[in-house]
Amino acid sequence: MQFGIFSVGDITPDPTTGVAPTEGERIESMTRIALKAEEVGLDVFATGEHHNPPFVVSSPTTHLAWIAAKTERLLLSTSTTLITTNDPVKIAEDYAFLQHLSGGRVDLMMGRGNTGPVYPWFGKDIRDGIKLAVENYHLLRTLWREPVVNWQGQFRTPLQGYMSTPAPLDGTPPFVWHGSIRSPEIAEQAAYYGDGFFHNHIFWNKEHTEQMVRLYRQRFEHYGHGAADQAFVGLGGQVFMGTSEAEARKQFRPYFDNAPVYGHGPSLEEFTRATPLTVGTPEQVIERTLGFADYAGDYQRQMFLVDHAGLPTDVVLEQIEILGREVVPVLRAEFDRRRPAHVPSDPPTHTTLVAAGPNAPHHLVEPARATASQGASA
Amino acid sequence: MTRRIVVLTAGLTIPSSTRLLGDQLADAVAAAVGARGEAVSFEYVEVRELAQDLAAYMTSGGVATERLAAVREQISAADGLIAVTPVFSASYSGLFKMMFDALDTDALNGLPVLVAATAGSARHSLVLDHAMRPLFSYLRAVVLPTGVFAATEDFGSTGLADRVARAAAELANAVVVAGSDHVAGFAPDPTARRRTSGNDLAPVTEFADLLRGHSG
Repeated sequence: MQFGIFSVGDITPDPTTGVAPTEGERIESMTRIALKAEEVGLDVFATGEHHNPPFVVSSPTTHLAWIAAKTERLLLSTSTTLITTNDPVKIAEDYAFLQHLSGGRVDLMMGRGNTGPVYPWFGKDIRDGIKLAVENYHLLRTLWREPVVNWQGQFRTPLQGYMSTPAPLDGTPPFVWHGSIRSPEIAEQAAYYGDGFFHNHIFWNKEHTEQMVRLYRQRFEHYGHGAADQAFVGLGGQVFMGTSEAEARKQFRPYFDNAPVYGHGPSLEEFTRATPLTVGTPEQVIERTLGFADYAGDYQRQMFLVDHAGLPTDVVLEQIEILGREVVPVLRAEFDRRRPAHVPSDPPTHTTLVAAGPNAPHHLVEPARATASQGASA
Repeated sequence: MTRRIVVLTAGLTIPSSTRLLGDQLADAVAAAVGARGEAVSFEYVEVRELAQDLAAYMTSGGVATERLAAVREQISAADGLIAVTPVFSASYSGLFKMMFDALDTDALNGLPVLVAATAGSARHSLVLDHAMRPLFSYLRAVVLPTGVFAATEDFGSTGLADRVARAAAELANAVVVAGSDHVAGFAPDPTARRRTSGNDLAPVTEFADLLRGHSG
């Protein structure tokens, strides 16, 4: 199973001092977080992508390439890549390039972006969000899988004889996740292609996450990629740890009370009860996190949000240290213990996808179509 | 079949004249439905009790607390709604509006709604038509012709009792008729849009339909 850190890349003043990091400091902080993740034995670092303040993360592949150069094992991912406003041609090129630079240590997560005014800056309209996600991702898959592409759609200039360069490393496109909080269409999309489904999870009650993951699993099976419990699921989590529960709460409370998204709203206690947020000891985090599998099923990737709401970098690095040294080793062992043999522990990686060979379903633009026609001819 | 009517009132005090008007309307509806030989039950939603849930919903990106989710389910599953608000600053109260802002846009499709309001002065009576009707029209509810407005001076007057009786008869008529069997036509019925609480996922669209026209 993979464990990692995902960052939104926001600049938020520290509510205890009123001081906000500069853009440069925030970028530096995210880099240190990624390097720390590798140092303490975590598997994945994922960066958000935004093109408006208060965020700094407009150029994920630039950042991830730098991190790739400084790390050996760390898998580099996104949370999320904007499949709506980015040109799929540029995504195909940038992430294939990153595959080459990083030796295949890349996957990415598609997301739509929920800020209406950003879309027109890229010539798009948020009301087309789902359609953009559908059309652009289909084109992206095609660009990574067909050497010469002739293509015409609704949203971008047609392509004639286009060759995406560089081609994916070893002719093998990166594994893709689709992230969505509440759009069943995106769970359906992930299931259709046999891709992974990631639920952000952290702002939502478990019943909601459960519904979305169940839908994805059922449709994954429906499209012939395997049994529902073999589908590739990733979940977010949000933790803050201290030597005691009281200590952790005391330290985290000002950040919680002023956090973007839920600050000035529900109390820390209410939010902890209703959502996966866990503020307490490492043991409490372990217990809570293991419980995710009770409603989401045995899953393959757990990402933690730790660097938000203006938390100082040193505190964040300490949290990652605790995760890596105390929490994740226990989670790995316990999750493996409960997982049945036929359920994969890890999502596909570059190594496993290459090993599966060029005729594996991963290399088809629409594997579900091939499965359906096999079924029809059998 | 017992009809289920939700009486939603946004009064702030106990006792509240807004709740009092809601009770009078419910009693009159019970009498009017009973006179037709049908049964009706009432469920009360005091918005005041949901004040913190609504604030949490608004400030957490739309996560409904358990209690709020249960009320959303209750409203969408009802056969009729009696909605009563006090008038604050020339409109329904903010808390009343928050309740409806926390519903799914398909939560009230085709639902018969009796609108009612209370205020200190009769000069606010147009709130029914200038504020409440547009709100419920937007939500595709069926607002009954008679709305009931009660200023302080109206409590105890026979005029109010008459308007309550007329409005109640209209709601009784709407919930009894809506529940009865009728012959459907052959044309598709655009009013048959399902009511949804917003608590559950929308039904899934086959990916082939989503991809149609977008596969290059």
